[in-house]
Amino acid sequence: MKTDIAIIGGGAAGLSAALSAYDQNLNILVIEREKTLGGILNQCIHNGFGLHVFKEELTGPEYASRFIQKFHEQNIQFKLHTTVLDIKKNQDFELSISSLESGMETIHAKAVILSSGCYERTRGSIQIPGERPKGIMPAGSAQRYLNMEGYLVGKRIFILGSGDIGLIMARRMTLEGAKVLGVAEIMPYSNGLTRNIVQCLDDFDIPLYLSHTVTDIRGKDVLEGITIQKVDETFKPIPGTEIQFEVDTLLLSIGLVPDISLFESLNIEKSAITKSAIVNQFYETNIEGLFVCGNALHVHDLVDWVTEESEKAGRCAKNYILHGASEHRMEVSVKPGKHIRYIVPQKIDFSRKDAPVELSFRTTKKMESGIFYVYQNGVLIKSKKAKYIAPAEMEHLLIKPEDFISNDPIELILEEVKS
Amino acid sequence: MKQMTCIVCPVGCHLSIDDNLKITGNRCPRGEKYGIDEMTHPKRMLTSTVRTIFSSHPRLSVKSNTALPKGLIFEAISVLDDIIIDKNVKIGDVIFSNIMNTGVDMIATANIQIDTNHGRSI
Repeated sequence: MKTDIAIIGGGAAGLSAALSAYDQNLNILVIEREKTLGGILNQCIHNGFGLHVFKEELTGPEYASRFIQKFHEQNIQFKLHTTVLDIKKNQDFELSISSLESGMETIHAKAVILSSGCYERTRGSIQIPGERPKGIMPAGSAQRYLNMEGYLVGKRIFILGSGDIGLIMARRMTLEGAKVLGVAEIMPYSNGLTRNIVQCLDDFDIPLYLSHTVTDIRGKDVLEGITIQKVDETFKPIPGTEIQFEVDTLLLSIGLVPDISLFESLNIEKSAITKSAIVNQFYETNIEGLFVCGNALHVHDLVDWVTEESEKAGRCAKNYILHGASEHRMEVSVKPGKHIRYIVPQKIDFSRKDAPVELSFRTTKKMESGIFYVYQNGVLIKSKKAKYIAPAEMEHLLIKPEDFISNDPIELILEEVKS
Repeated sequence: MKQMTCIVCPVGCHLSIDDNLKITGNRCPRGEKYGIDEMTHPKRMLTSTVRTIFSSHPRLSVKSNTALPKGLIFEAISVLDDIIIDKNVKIGDVIFSNIMNTGVDMIATANIQIDTNHGRSI
């Protein structure tokens, strides 16, 4: 089978990319491994999605349905229950796909958009000491069991990590009759939204143990109990601070990692910080015609930003097919300077400078007020004031084509403004 | 004296409220309103799921169409335990009207479209 653009993943990112890539002269194919479109939004039944894109608060399934409806109206082709096993690039991209209905097939595509989302870190990635019973799982898995299948995974719960998924699940499991005994966070502050701390923990008197982590797990076959301990500034457990909890379930909300397992057969340039591909302002990787967007590119805090990014990636893939690749890429780096953790895109291709460049980035420091400065050749070309800056919140900055003074690398820094 | 964190905006002021509903710690008037509302009639949106007869969609997600009094949340969610969806629904369809006599309806937040002759999702 041949197509112009193959989009891998039919969640928030894939749907937005498909809609913006849509053109009457183009064949687009979306490949989704689940039995429905919408991705992880389908299990996020709480509300708060869409404040930026739709100016209203929607639940996850409602947010997804707005895109799914448009998607069906455009008659874009899609395959459900189908897994992409491998991507190779020869003349075109060759995707090996597998489904119960049709077995193994090969799809030939001129361009590929990888919008496969992210996965949750598990116990193995933080090496919690102790026994290895069942009853320990990522919070998002428990969310899927509960909200999609109607299955409550435990009755006495402890949660490690205070990310938003953990907080949301603390409330959700409490409402469904479980007892959540506490949430431990190794950092001295929570990475979750304040409103989730208030509405998911404080509302139900669930204690939040800051600067604490799980240091022992007991239970031969099933989980029987855990120990948490306070940690010092170097995250070492402090002896004598142990607290024991009898629980049957430990949920982990300890971070998300882009799912780029499909890059294995490709020679992709990667970033050690985002754990995904390095892209230019068109969301294109070093492999011509391969685009990445959404949580597969870097983990976002709001689905609204996934939608906006993926719409741009979809348009760029469409332009690539309709107008061809740039003849000679002139790529320079976008350097994260003082107080900046990472920036997407990591590169700017100055051979095509007609559209504004949007930088999405995270900071390394929490501050009440600050100014972002962009430098090129040591000259300030752009600045932006911001308030309530935090590493957990993604920041954005737009640079217009006329702002650039040369085709040299740029650097972004953040200076704190003390009141 | 009660302590709470204001969630109207990202600042997150730490509010103190005394017995006469006098608020301190807020940096803007919205914090004062939030504190008084929270002390006198706190409300919350309720989102949950209800059972269905469809094996391909065992649960249907629902939400309250507006916020419910916070004190009624647990009773409201137990009302939902008895509901079983046995026909197709669209987003916005009322699943349970006037829950706990609050005037608030529980509405569907997902579509279920099953071809009932074949029991297959379409």
